[in-house]
Amino acid sequence: MARNVTTRHKVTATVAAWVVALIIFFPILYTLITSLKTEPEAIAGFSLIPSGTFENYVTVQTQRDYFKPFMNSVVLAVGSTILALIIAIPSAWAMAFSPTKRTKDILMWMLSTKMMPAVAVLVPIYLMFRDFGLLDTRIGLTVMLTLINLPIVVWMLYTYFREIPGEILEAARMDGAGLWQEIVYVLTPMAVPGIASTLLLNIILAWNEAFWTIRLTTTNAAPLTAFIASFSSPQGLFWAKLSAASTMAIAPILILGWFSQKQLVRGLTFGAVK
Amino acid sequence: MATQNTKTLARLMMAPSVLLLLVWMIVPLAMTLWFSFQNYNLLNPGNVSFAGFFNYQYFYTDPAFFQSIWNTLVIVGGVLLITVVGGIAIALLLDQPIFGQGVVRILVISPFFVMPPVAALIWKNMIMHPGYGVLADIAKFFGLRPVDWFAQYPLFSIVIIVAWQWLPFATLILLTALQSLDGEQKEAAEMDGANFFNRFIYLVLPHLARAITVVILIQTIFLLGVYAEILVTTNGGPGYASTNLAFLIYRTALLGYDVGGASAGGIIAVVLANIVAFFLMRAVGKNLDR
Amino acid sequence: MGSITLKNVSKVFGEAKVIPSIDLEINDGEFVVFVGPSGCGKSTLLRLIAGLEDVSGGQILIDGKDVTQSAPAERGLAMVFQSYALYPHMSVRNNIAFPLKMAKLDKAVIDKKVTDAARVLNLTDYLERRPSQLSGGQRQRVAIGRAIVREPSAFLFDEPLSNLDAALRGTMRLEISDLHHQLKTTMVYVTHDQVEAMTMADKIVVLNRGNIEQVGSPLDLYKSPRNLFVAGFIGSPKMNFVDGAYAQSKNARTAGIRPEHLNLSKDSGLWTGTVKVAEHLGADTFLHLDVDGIGQITARCDGEFGAHYGDKVFLTPDEAKLHRFDDKGSALRA
Repeated sequence: MARNVTTRHKVTATVAAWVVALIIFFPILYTLITSLKTEPEAIAGFSLIPSGTFENYVTVQTQRDYFKPFMNSVVLAVGSTILALIIAIPSAWAMAFSPTKRTKDILMWMLSTKMMPAVAVLVPIYLMFRDFGLLDTRIGLTVMLTLINLPIVVWMLYTYFREIPGEILEAARMDGAGLWQEIVYVLTPMAVPGIASTLLLNIILAWNEAFWTIRLTTTNAAPLTAFIASFSSPQGLFWAKLSAASTMAIAPILILGWFSQKQLVRGLTFGAVK
Repeated sequence: MATQNTKTLARLMMAPSVLLLLVWMIVPLAMTLWFSFQNYNLLNPGNVSFAGFFNYQYFYTDPAFFQSIWNTLVIVGGVLLITVVGGIAIALLLDQPIFGQGVVRILVISPFFVMPPVAALIWKNMIMHPGYGVLADIAKFFGLRPVDWFAQYPLFSIVIIVAWQWLPFATLILLTALQSLDGEQKEAAEMDGANFFNRFIYLVLPHLARAITVVILIQTIFLLGVYAEILVTTNGGPGYASTNLAFLIYRTALLGYDVGGASAGGIIAVVLANIVAFFLMRAVGKNLDR
Repeated sequence: MGSITLKNVSKVFGEAKVIPSIDLEINDGEFVVFVGPSGCGKSTLLRLIAGLEDVSGGQILIDGKDVTQSAPAERGLAMVFQSYALYPHMSVRNNIAFPLKMAKLDKAVIDKKVTDAARVLNLTDYLERRPSQLSGGQRQRVAIGRAIVREPSAFLFDEPLSNLDAALRGTMRLEISDLHHQLKTTMVYVTHDQVEAMTMADKIVVLNRGNIEQVGSPLDLYKSPRNLFVAGFIGSPKMNFVDGAYAQSKNARTAGIRPEHLNLSKDSGLWTGTVKVAEHLGADTFLHLDVDGIGQITARCDGEFGAHYGDKVFLTPDEAKLHRFDDKGSALRA
């Protein structure tokens, strides 16, 4: 009897959850479907069954050189993330393992830099980039993204490092490990999962950053965000191709995101929700 | 013993990130502040002079300014309302035992990973287009006239798009918080005779309070700066109907070439963001002490 | 060898004087237990000996050698932590081998020592597992194994059993005592549980607010506690303290009488009490009584003594086992 009720409850909840999930996912799904249609099909009214052509993907590559912005996105996202990690790991390390009275203040201050609205510094940054010849360069944008995401990277690493119990470090000291051995044999292996999650989340954030990447590039260093934004001006109907480009722009990061959903919560709430 | 050495080492390790962020924060901000008191137009860069509060006055008297402030608030408020209420509802649903929970979760969080320009274009062309969008198809199916969303309800359309992007974030965080609720507490409440509604009001909602605060504050930080969605869909129009403060500053600076005016707007944006930041920092800071 | 001497050792954290000044002698091969309520400084004292905290003043000598300024690893001590502090990413084998690897011993030597330790601790079948795959008791043994292989001059235990359930705690208590008899190495053991202290120690050090209240064998402390604090801390159930007229008649401010030193009768006795709670343990029964003119008294009686809630019971203290304390709480000797 009780078991019956539970099963019925589960079926109801399942149906409701799937309906909600499919509605939310629908725009993405429909983009994927449209990308497999021909252009006339794409504007011929609602249909979930495409003719299954891959022509659009080929066209996007041959006509608009999709590969170039894609590579820019990869270089920018990965490059800025690694750069941020190199700068942030020692800091987060020091704050987690030799905290002082001011550690908390420094962390809060770092967080506060993240609150600065991008538009507020658009003018000086734009002028500086122009004067230093950094506009539309990969290097300029990489530095930019590194700085933008540095506070989040420090914070995420800090929350992970802080969870490494102090007693383990003391045990290592009792066992005769010097500082270097402590780092190599004990701390690094324990810190790797946290560093990996930080890396993943930060790549996602950098990949999707859509203010500086659009404003500070034109063609050479333009990543996918700018590439897609350039489609906004209506130059005739080319939805199937647009869908193909969109699908390619979001697919890699979508898959990466699925793997990192657990860490996402922690990272984006600065450890406030686990 | 080694404590003094350790401290010095720790300072050295922290120095790069602290210095970088310090420079990154202070230099551009100081420049913005400086520019905001100058007559400085990129079309006439040789002719720079002190402007006093003229730029602020100019910004303040521009009707677009108040409209953009209002639009900013509508976007922030509207998106928060949709994502928090919707997020709680969906989180409650996903917290039930369901078949294929893993897949459902993945479907629900996916929009968060879609880059803003793509999200905006998908909605603009595939969903909300008055001629060929899915919503138009649905309207036609029922014999109704399709709505030209971006012409008739530009701000609302943008709210919908941005809410779609942030709903997964709210849902995911609220679901995480929900799952940390002690199962025994729920059972105790059930034994005490609390029905689902009472359990929600007296047990679940207070438990979610902190997560909701965090969602609101973090989203606000990002929502104050909504940019790409507007650029790609309405470009701020019609008129200034869908221009928020961020977009107005961008227009002033890079379309109007008015460095001084844009900088004054930037300073106003900083002040606005700081008000929000103040509350966020307190919420996060409290958590640090725990 | 493993004698430890503390001379005038003090520890200050900021404003707080956690340990004002302590002198203590721990002899080679002794099992010494630091016991006291939480916050009494017992863990701090252990960490000072380990070298995990710097002393604020005084000297620490191990085997007569001043180690006050030495790093933890140089002191030749091994420590078992409350949380066990096992390295989660290493197998049991590597956990135990870690200190030997740090000491740069030969691989063959390490293998032999680890194998031996694992045999002693019944861990042979678990050597390739990760700590997360072990039960609480097994983790505890790994932590001990990691300490044993170093052949330290003394073992330090920081509340090692507090994370285990009651049954396992009893077993591990025996195992650690057994280990002490086999190894004959000095052991310093911190606990807040007076039962652990009484059952394992050669010598108990009772600490309160950073000061040593008394040092002695378990039976010394039981038979002649030096003050009210020790009297109340050692022994279970707790000693009864009686003030007022009865104490005065014994020329004391406070009279102390252990629950097991009260003679109970259903017919006659010095005091009359009403049973509030009777805890029947089988062999023994603990009676919590409301005694006329005295107050709350706990008495221990034979399991056969039938007493239930509300019964009238007569009590007579065993005068020979009476403890007497003066105004300052110090014990008065006859």
